[in-house]
Amino acid sequence: MTAYLVKRLIIAALTLVLASMVVFAVMEVLPGDPARLMLGLNASADQVELLRNQMGLNAPLLLRYLHWAGGLLSLDFGRSYTYSVPVIDLVRERIAVSLPLALIALALSTIIAIPVGVFSASRQGRAGDTLAMSVAQLGVAVPNFWFALMLIYLFAVWLHLVPAGGFPGWNAGIWPALKSLILPAVALALPQAAILGRVARSALIEVLNEDYIRTARAKGLPYRAVLWRHALRNAMIPVLTILGLQFAFLLAGTIIIENVFYLPGLGRLIFQAITQRDLIVVESIVMLLVAAVILINLLVDFSYAIVDPRLRGRQ
Amino acid sequence: MTMHVDLPEETIAGVLAKAFGNRSFLIGLAITLLIVTVALVSFVWTPYDVTRLVIADKTQAPSWAHWFGTDHFGRDILSMIMVGARNSIAVALVAVGIGMGIGVPLGALAAARGGLADEALMRVNDVVFAFPALLSAIMITAIFGPGAVNAIIAIGIFNIPVFARVARAGALAIWPREFILAARAAGKGMTRISIEHILPNIATLLLVQGTIQFALGILAEAGLSYVGLGAQPPMPSWGRMLFDAQTRMVIAPWMAIFPGMAIVITVLGLNLLGDGIADILDPKSRRRR
Repeated sequence: MTAYLVKRLIIAALTLVLASMVVFAVMEVLPGDPARLMLGLNASADQVELLRNQMGLNAPLLLRYLHWAGGLLSLDFGRSYTYSVPVIDLVRERIAVSLPLALIALALSTIIAIPVGVFSASRQGRAGDTLAMSVAQLGVAVPNFWFALMLIYLFAVWLHLVPAGGFPGWNAGIWPALKSLILPAVALALPQAAILGRVARSALIEVLNEDYIRTARAKGLPYRAVLWRHALRNAMIPVLTILGLQFAFLLAGTIIIENVFYLPGLGRLIFQAITQRDLIVVESIVMLLVAAVILINLLVDFSYAIVDPRLRGRQ
Repeated sequence: MTMHVDLPEETIAGVLAKAFGNRSFLIGLAITLLIVTVALVSFVWTPYDVTRLVIADKTQAPSWAHWFGTDHFGRDILSMIMVGARNSIAVALVAVGIGMGIGVPLGALAAARGGLADEALMRVNDVVFAFPALLSAIMITAIFGPGAVNAIIAIGIFNIPVFARVARAGALAIWPREFILAARAAGKGMTRISIEHILPNIATLLLVQGTIQFALGILAEAGLSYVGLGAQPPMPSWGRMLFDAQTRMVIAPWMAIFPGMAIVITVLGLNLLGDGIADILDPKSRRRR
């Protein structure tokens, strides 16, 4: 197992390095001089040159990359051009909204999808299965931001159950803060749950046809025990794979959903930064999200080893 | 040129008979044809001119004159949805083309060569996969500014590793077969075998993945336009219409309801079509219903 984990770890690290080079290269080809941007149009060429030297912008390409990448490792992303504060301070504030939102959505999606998948697989071809899968087929086609608008219309505008948008901050108390994350999380989770439910169902159906399931039944185990204990565990690999891929979509989805609900998360920050051409903020958030995607996929790889004992035995 | 294609042991008539008995294929095909027709018709006729602003008619509820109502500039929502269909289809189709055009040769090459080339491709795939389409779009927009073309590039880039993976996996399953061995014995080169023998045999896989990516592309385009990274006004696009609708949900909910339904129906149709094709053409696919 160690060899498997080490290989996965190396691949993840390599991916991260290559991805950081891509982001850095993009930053390099961008038009506009950060020093000029910070000093304004009236600064003299000498002043700009001085700041360029101070910011290390005149150093050779490789050195600048190493400096930037080294900074990333110690969570030093540099300073925002427009706010003149360290980017990490901006990010830390916003992540307190985005991360809980993504995690709640991921949890919600899993809690809905797994039981639906089990329900459908155990009633394959019957009315309940057909109904559940038709709803799932529809759910896959629904854009989450449109679903969010419909939820706002129903629950905020008509029923006044939850706020239509905005975020009171965690200082206002856990409940008011959570309450404003409910609709965004549901909007993110349901379309994902539809995909996950379909995957869980087909993975389970495949496993339920295996010989060892018949054996387990033959030795007198009740159907429910076989289904939940034996079958589900063996169907987890495809489910985990999709779950890992979905996290990437969830993070991207968070960016859009935050704009629907006016939540002060990373998504709002990145769009503000784009309009203000505060590119270092844009690059930092992109790099952070890319790192998150790579990390999650690494965790998924690791969890394979936990779920599948055959991988554990491999030396 | 002789070609060996692994069709299930049945005639074209047999496949057609299966197609006409497959519910999701028929529904999916009907919806897809409807949307494509609507987009084509919009080139020559729409109920109203989408470039004319009629402020006197702004935010009117659905009526006989305006089936889906009007927006905040008095433009007819139905007409805008028709013109928006063009944009959605064009962006998603070109993005699939980019993904197939670059991804399939790369995947086929990796499968044919194996070894280092294969490993290198998979690692690059990992990197591209780490950038969800929205993030690529954000970076591309940061460089070139927003626009429909940049949306196409962003979604297209995301499609490349998807098709590379499908093509690679499909090709790897074909390479050990006897008829490939025969072709090699006949002195055919790697490239020729890939084009003449591998490609026809993975066409079904690619077609199914193509419809899935087409549907995903429509969703992605709508998302990008919604946050202002896709098609720019005055060009009507479904995502942009939803953005305009957002602040007017209370006074004009139809501005949000109908464009959203257009997206849902289109994506649903494409997904059903893809499921149907997979069921009909792939003998190994288990019936899902």
